[in-house]
Parts: sequence; structure tokens; C-alpha cells
Amino acid sequence: MAGGRGELPTWVDVALIPLLNLTVALLVAGLVVIIIGENPFEALGIMLNGALGSIKGWSYLLYYATNFIFTGLAVAVAFHAGLFNIGCEGQAYIAGLGAAMVGLGLEFLPWPIVIPLAILASAIFGAFWAWVPGYLQAKRGSHIVITTIMFNFIAASLMIYLINNYLRPVTRMAVESREITGAYILSFREIAMQFFSLRLPSTPLNLTVFLAALAAWAVWYLLWRTELGYEIRAVGANPAAAIYAGIKTDRIIMITMAISGGLAGLMAVNEVLGVQHRLLLEFVGGAGFVGIAVALMGRSHPIGIVLSAMLFGLLYQGGTELSFAKPLISRDMIVVIQGLVILFMGALEYAFRPALARIFVQVED
Amino acid sequence: MTPAIELIGIDKRFGAVHANKDVTLEIAQGSIHGIIGENGAGKSTLMSILFGFYAADKGEIRIRGEPVKIKSSADAISHGIGMVHQHFMLVDPFTVLENVVLGAEGGRLIGPALAKARDELTRLARDYELDVDPEAIVGELPVGLQQRVEILKALFKGAETLILDEPTGVLTPDEADHLFRILGQLRDQGKTVILITHKLREIMAITDRVSVMRRGELVATKETKETSVEELAELMVGRRVLLRVKKGPAKPGNVVLEVKNLTWKDRKGTPRVDDVSFTVRSGEIVGIAGVSGNGQSELLELISGISRPASGQIIFEGKDIGILGDPRHVREEGLAHVPEDRQHRGLISSFDASESGILGWHYDESLGRGFRLDRQAVVARSKKEMQEFDVRPADPLLLSSKFSGGNQQKIILAREIERDPDLLIVGQPTRGVDIGAIEFIHKRLIALRDQGKAILLVSVELDEVRSLSDRILVMFAGRIMGERDSSADERELGLLMAGVSRDAA
Amino acid sequence: MDFSLLPEILASTIRLSVPLVLACLAGLWSEKSGIVDIGLEGKMLAAAFAAAASAAYFQSAWLGLIIAIFVSLGFSLVHGYAAINQRGNQVVSGVAVNMLAAGLAVVLGNTWFKEGGRTPALPFDARFMPIELPGARALAGVPFLGDLAKIISGHSILTYLTILLVPLTAWALAKTRFGLRLRAVGENPQAVDTAGISVALLRYQAVIIAGILCGIAGAFISTSLSASFVRDMTAGRGFMALAALIFANWRAWPALYACLLFGFLQAGGNYMQGAHIGSFEVPVQFIIMAPYVLTVVLLAGFIGKSIPPRASGIPYTKDR
Repeated sequence: MAGGRGELPTWVDVALIPLLNLTVALLVAGLVVIIIGENPFEALGIMLNGALGSIKGWSYLLYYATNFIFTGLAVAVAFHAGLFNIGCEGQAYIAGLGAAMVGLGLEFLPWPIVIPLAILASAIFGAFWAWVPGYLQAKRGSHIVITTIMFNFIAASLMIYLINNYLRPVTRMAVESREITGAYILSFREIAMQFFSLRLPSTPLNLTVFLAALAAWAVWYLLWRTELGYEIRAVGANPAAAIYAGIKTDRIIMITMAISGGLAGLMAVNEVLGVQHRLLLEFVGGAGFVGIAVALMGRSHPIGIVLSAMLFGLLYQGGTELSFAKPLISRDMIVVIQGLVILFMGALEYAFRPALARIFVQVED
Repeated sequence: MTPAIELIGIDKRFGAVHANKDVTLEIAQGSIHGIIGENGAGKSTLMSILFGFYAADKGEIRIRGEPVKIKSSADAISHGIGMVHQHFMLVDPFTVLENVVLGAEGGRLIGPALAKARDELTRLARDYELDVDPEAIVGELPVGLQQRVEILKALFKGAETLILDEPTGVLTPDEADHLFRILGQLRDQGKTVILITHKLREIMAITDRVSVMRRGELVATKETKETSVEELAELMVGRRVLLRVKKGPAKPGNVVLEVKNLTWKDRKGTPRVDDVSFTVRSGEIVGIAGVSGNGQSELLELISGISRPASGQIIFEGKDIGILGDPRHVREEGLAHVPEDRQHRGLISSFDASESGILGWHYDESLGRGFRLDRQAVVARSKKEMQEFDVRPADPLLLSSKFSGGNQQKIILAREIERDPDLLIVGQPTRGVDIGAIEFIHKRLIALRDQGKAILLVSVELDEVRSLSDRILVMFAGRIMGERDSSADERELGLLMAGVSRDAA
Repeated sequence: MDFSLLPEILASTIRLSVPLVLACLAGLWSEKSGIVDIGLEGKMLAAAFAAAASAAYFQSAWLGLIIAIFVSLGFSLVHGYAAINQRGNQVVSGVAVNMLAAGLAVVLGNTWFKEGGRTPALPFDARFMPIELPGARALAGVPFLGDLAKIISGHSILTYLTILLVPLTAWALAKTRFGLRLRAVGENPQAVDTAGISVALLRYQAVIIAGILCGIAGAFISTSLSASFVRDMTAGRGFMALAALIFANWRAWPALYACLLFGFLQAGGNYMQGAHIGSFEVPVQFIIMAPYVLTVVLLAGFIGKSIPPRASGIPYTKDR
């Protein structure tokens, strides 16, 4: 999955093709807007303004991007080992259980201890939920795509059961846990209030955004500056060469899936500890699938992933504003764009290549 | 009598490779016609053109005197040509009958075709010793029977001319004899058989006429009765100018590698490396000659720890490394390996040169302590090695795929030699490499030998083996056919490579 | 557990199995030809929307069905183009189809009907309604036979059609030229190519059949099982059908049984809030997740072995 097959200049591969594909995806989306009977340029304007025109817009953009960076990194790490992890949705969901269990269960401890433990628990729960499919692929030969899809559904049912039967306070009707009061992650609004006496508009953006930035750096470091990362990339790019080099591919598949699941799990830190302060049903809300689009768009590189996560943050925030301004255009327009991006970046990746190769290879010679 | 098949002026290029050069060939009706040549001589390409798998760039095909256009396999089949590919084109979970009727169902329902095929199979079994259980699942049949199914497929579709591409490569001697009896009967019933092979004994045993191909050209066509294995071997190998490599006499020292009764079997249980024993001493180059596919690749993978032997020992400096079955441990013991297939194993084309330059050695402490991989150290080492081995361009940050074959090979060679191994095993060191790089690579290998290292060289280029090796082993069908010294006669080696052994006779 | 509910649960099992069977057969045709299809869910969802929307507009269930088939077919061809012509990653393409369908259905539904993606409730004559089989009422009071009539009678025409499609699929795959070639192309496309048959054409035919079947499945969900379209109403049935396909080891009759089993688990989950095994109460969520758990266990080879067509998911290239 990583590594192209053509001989195009790097910048074409890294920048031009994603931009071209994004443009086509947006053109098709624009066509849908026209079918709806709205002006696509006006719609684009509202989206850009809604996401970039105010502090509130930016803060939402970054909040969404935080989720997408985690899931995008998760998908990308698996891509580098030649694995397709469609299970980030379930892994993040299960990770929420870890975050909530530590956050609620260890409330008697001071927050500087509880928060790192809760973050760790998120990562471990997510990692476990991905390690199992990894193990089944490496040792039992089951296909990772199918297993991770099944694990999404298993996670969905399991979480309803657990939240309803074990985490829901008896008095409450809604299927959700009680509130984490002691150890949650501060939002920017609270920080501005407490430390700078500034009033910011209400925003879900919280300190987890720095954890996302750190995760992006850590993934880069892991993949390109460690032996393990070298082995992961070798297994993905050329399994036969990896075996020649004495790399144990089974082991790498399991480790990579655990890392991928752990990253997806950190998404729960943002939602459970940073925003909701409780465990809600379906709190992942499709972020796991957005991760696929983000990873494809970002060419599986952390810098690309941060940028495309922000792009999708923009689409989500702008799309929400758009659906307020133009009730005819539903917020689900974003899902359409996501689907188009995956189609053009992933499945039709090579559609533009022959034409581009004709242009650029001639120039090169 | 009009010939069954005439190929006139067939020419085919694949990019830079000129696979068939103006080939003209006549195949007589009701004969067995052998086509012999080394790997890459263009035999399979020629037959794939006849079968419609590739289109020729130039040339004409005539069948029973009629010029025909063959654009696809379907055309070839409708002109009465059938082909048994080297890798069978069978649907494993299907029954024999289902495989036979595929593509020749004759109607929307397969019931009638299956019934017809069952009768036809009974008839063919009677006429040609082609017995196979029509209801058997093909994937569960032994290779010899699968091949019969391929022949039945072609005959059921009305083949008058049958092409067989290296049919005995996967067969036991008994199965091969049976195949030859079948082919003989087919000829006696008026069918035409084209047999592609590199085995001289088969040619002598079964064919009526034989054509020899060398480097894309058809060099001769002979009546089998009027020729000899010696003549054919010479035609096949040609009188080539030997690439002379300057080297002094070897000073062999201690035994570094001792292979004892080594055997490895493939998934179907066929031994691909069969009871092989030999030694390599320090300060000498031992070359293994042979046509590709005779077990050399498997031997390299066994010694380097990629696969584990079924039986036998690989003793390296007194330790049995065969039981480790782990390339990393083997490497740590002091054995370096330049694999046969650069693209497939030797490097990772999407990695930059510096990263390909540490493949297999990436855990080396000098490249970063513990889990770290020190990028600067990696690049610096790569830069140094590239200069040392004259890699062009000497740019460690360039993608591995952007280097020419020769430079890729130098990157790999540098990586393996610079770790100062006691034994270097090298597969096809100069395949697809330009002349300049060949010379450089050969010099480095001799220099390594003169430093007192042991080298095991595997190559399908007989010239290369002859000019580099101090001792030559010839492999055929998984076995060592014999050992010769470097002054051995070319023709004699050619005979050994084709499975004709004077030692045995 | 109350056994008097059994006939009702079994009748519900049949209803809930119908879309599973159709989607599973769609997956069967596609994967037998070597094209992996995880876009079953999306195709069904798009078809469900198309059927409900056009049935509401034209007040005709049949027109709804036809339009649903065409819409599903459109998505199928996109997948086919990506997989066959562009040799793209089939899993990625399937994910894209699922997202596109989920998004487009709600966006267009919201625009056209202004109910947040929901389509208007359909009247009886714009839906596929239950058909009472002759004689079913007469048996109503008879013990056992009455219950049997209650299970078998009273389904829509699409249900009966679906039941016919199973033997038809099994027969076509086993006994026809097309079936033979299709099975061959999913195992070894080179064998098909060297026999002089077009690999791409066969695969397109398979993808088209899958599109039609998903179209019927979607129409059934929104115009027979329910009376309107609501967002995400396929609720993972496409993936459950994939699970059933694995369970059935890519064969038609076992696919029916697997779908009936999964349909039974769904129906059971709806009817009982917790069955008992001894004194242990089985939570309804465990019943719902059972198909997925069973599939994982099966795929891992812990119970039997399920082997997909060998060439599935691999783009075909004539190699040199």
C-alpha cells in the first residue's frame, strides 16, 4: 500500500496527485450541491467562513482534527506494514471503556496520576482490540479486513451491554456513565478562564490537541528513526525482502496492529476525558472511518495526516455551519466528500497516473 | 507434405530485451519437434506467440500452409493449437471433467459437455494411456496426473498441435517416461508435438527433429538421429569469448562451510534439493553451475536460513546453522548473502539507497543504540560504501528503484562485503548488469577471496562460473551432478547441466 | 422462554433473513468471480433510499424496486470500474461505496423531503405487502399446521422471490456455462484467459448481478420490512451478509441457512429480553453480536475451515 509503482517526481506523488484527487472529489460534491439546487460557491464560502472566520470556528476545526489525527495515524501505521485496519471505530470505542474505568474507578487518586493512567488505559484497551485481529491474521491466517469489521460490531454490542449494565447509574435513564468529576482534561475555555481570566466562546477544544501533535511526532520517529519502524516499513513494502533480512513478519504484524489500535484508542482521550467527561454510547461517531480518508489523503505520512486531519476538521466544522445556514444541505454532505476522497485517493489512485506520467516523464528526460 | 506449423520471420521485443530475432521455423506434421536452449534463449516467448498470449512485432504464422492471424488464445485453440504451460492453468477445486470442458462447453448448460467429455476421456485414456479419474478434484492429484489433465484439455478442444513447455521439470523420472510414451502415441496417431526443454537427454530420447535457440535466435535445426548431445550442447552454449578475470591461484585454507546430505522438499513433497553435499574452504570460490530451476535458489535459501532443511546439515565454522532456520542468526554467525533476485529480496525499491543499504543489518549497534536507528549514521555509512563501490549516482537519499541494475547490485554487494563476513554466498551476481559493473563486481569477489574469505557462487551464466570459480559443482534436478576444476571443458559442463553424466555412465 | 411466541419469531426470522439472503447471494456472485465486495451495505442503503423515495413519489412499489435496482447497479459499476479496469484496492473501493451511499441518501433525502433524511411514510399500496397464501386461513385453528401456516404465509412477493433465488443461484453456478466460467475466474483467472475467455467481461457480469440483488434487498428493507427510509436503516446487514457468506463457505444453500440462523438471532433479540441458559441470563446484546463472534471464530479456523475463492481481491494482470 505504501510506495508508488510509477516513476513520477516526488512532488507530483506527494502533493499534486492528492490535490488533483481532492479537486475532483470537491467537483463531484459541488455537482451534488447543484442538484440540490444551491450555489456550490456560496456553499463553499459559508463553509470556509464557518471554519476559519472566527476563533470558535478554528477551535472546532482543531477539536475535530484532534480526533482525526489519532485515527488517521492509526490507519497509516497499519498501511505501512501493508495492513488495512478498518477497525479503528471499534478500537476507539473500546478504548473509551479504559478511559472511563480509570477516570471513574481511580477518582480517589490525585489527577496528575489518574490522567496519565487513563490515557494509558485508553491506548492499552484500543491496542488490545486491534492486537487480537493482528494475532488472528499472523497466527491463524484470518483476513484482517474481515476480522476488524467484525470487531467493530462486536465492540458496538459489547459497549451497550457494559455501559447499560455496569456503568450507568441506577437513577439515570440515558445509557451513559456518570460524570468524571476529578480527573478530566482541561478545555481551552477553562484554561483561559482560570489562568488568564479571559472569556472564550464555548468550545470542545482541549489539551488533548497537544497529545495529538505529540502522537504525530512519535509516529514519525517510530517509523523513520527506530529499528522497529524500519522493520514495519520493510514488511509492508516487500515481505520477501523482510524475511531475507531476518525480520519476523508475524511478530511485526501483531506489534503494528497493537500500535495502530493504541493510536485509535487515544481518540477516546479527546472525547471521554476532554469533552464529554463521561462515557457515551457511540461517542466515536465515525471518526474511525474518517481516519481512512485522512490516511489516504495524507499519504500515510504524519505531516500529511496532520494537514488532512485539519482539512477534514474544516469540512466537519464548515459543514455544520453550512447545514445551519442552508438547511437544504445536510451535514452528511461531509460523508459524501469523505467517500469521494477515499474513492479517488484509494481505489482510483492510479487513474490520473498514466496521464501525469506522460506529462512529467517527458519533461524529466 | 505441408508442414503443420510455419513461423516466418518472427520478431519480438520486450522493452530493451530482444526476445526473438527473426525466427523462422518449420514443424512437420506428425512429428515430435524439440526446441532447446538455455534460460532466456527465447523458447517460451516464441511458443507464447504461437499460442496467442503475446503478439509478435513482426512475422507470419502459417498453419498447414494457410497464413493465419493469432490474436488470442481463443484464436490459437480454434486453429487446433493446444499448449501445456510450465505452470499449469488448472482450476484446483474443479473436477477433471470441469477443467476439461472449461472454454469448450458447447452450450449454455454444461451437462451435455460433461457427458461428452466423460466419453471422450474414456476414449483418450484407451488410445494414449491418459488415464485420469474424471471425477477427481484436480488440486488433489499428483503433478504428473495434473499434467495429463492439461493434455486432455488441449485434446478435448481438438488440438492437432500440442506445445509442451518444460514438461518434465516437475515430474519424477517414472512420470517423465510415462509422458514420453503418451507423446509417442500422439505422434503415431498423427498429432504434432512441440517440446520445449533444456534437457538434452529428453531431446535425444523422444524427438524427431530439434531446433536450437540461443539469445533469441534460432541457430540450427537438426534431425535428431543425425546429431549428438555434444553437438547440441555446443550449439546451445555457443563458442563465446570467455570473460577473462585476472586472478592468481587460490590458496584454500580451512573448511568454512560443510553441507552434508542436505534435502528440502516443496509443498507437494517433491525434493527440490536432493541429498546435496559439498564443502567450501576459506580463500576459494566454489561455483555452482546449472540451468535455473534445478534447486540452486532453494540451496541458497537453505544456507542463508530463509528456509529450513527437511534433512541434512549445514555446518558453518563448526556449528549447524541449518537447524536455526533464521537469517538473522545466520548473519550474526558471519555469513553474508547476496540474494539472486535484487528486486524481490535484495533491496526494497520504495526505500532510499541508504535504507536498502542496511537491510538485514539494521539492528547493528553502530547504526544507533538500542531501538534507535541513527539516520545520520545510516546515511554516512551508505555514502562511504557508495563511494567505495563506485555506485552512481553516489546519493544515499535517492530511491533504490531509481538506480540501474548494476548500481543496485553494487549497493547490495557493498552492504554484504563491508560487514567482513567469513563466508559470502552470492546468487546471480551479474544478472541484468552492464559490462562495466560486471567487471567491477568480479574484481571485488576475487579480492574478497584473496583476503582469505570463502565464497559460494551460484550463477546460470556458465561463463561467469567458469571465469570466477576455483572449483565448479554442477546442479541438475536438485542434485550435484559432478565436480570439476576451473579448467573444465565447456562442453562437458554443458552436458552435466543438461543431466548427462559421464560419471554415472 | 415462552414457546407460544415461537411461530411469530420464526415468521419474523424469515422476514429479517430476506435482505441478508439477497445481500449474501450478491456477495456470493461477486466473490466467486474474484471481486471482494464490502460495499454490500452501501449498495443496499442506496437502494433502500431510492426505493422509498421513488415509491413515495410515484406511489408505486414496483417503480421503487426498479429504480432501486438501477441505483444499486450504478454503485456496483463504480466498484467494478475501480476493481477491474483500474486494478484499485477492492476493500478501499468498498469502503468508499459505503460512505458515498450513506452520505448521499441522507443529503438527497433531506433536500427532497425535508424530514432530516427520512422519506415520507408509504401507504399500503406503495409497499410490498404480505400475501396470504391460499388455505392459510383455513388452517388457522389446526394445531401445528396452523402454526406452520402462520410462519410460511403472509410474506411479501419479494420474500417468495428471494426463496426462489437460492436454488436458482445454486443451479446457475453449478450447472451452467456461465457459472462454471465464473467459478473458474475467481480461482484462477489465468486458466480462464488461456482458455480464450475474457476475464474482465465475466467479472463485470458478476458485479452487475451483485448490484441487482443488492437493489432488491434495499427495496425490501424500505418498502416491505418498513414503510419509509431512515438514515443508516440497513444497520450493518451488508456486513452480516458477508459474515454469512464466510459461514457458508461461499455456497448458495449454506448461505440460506447461515442467513436464517442470523435472522433468527435478530428476531430472537427483538422478542426476548434475555433468554436463559440454566440460571444465567443471556443479554440481548450477546445474541446480536453472536453472528460476528461466530464468524471470527470460524475464520480463525477454530471450528472447521472457510476458504475464499483463491483469486478474490487480487487484480488480474497478464504478467510477463
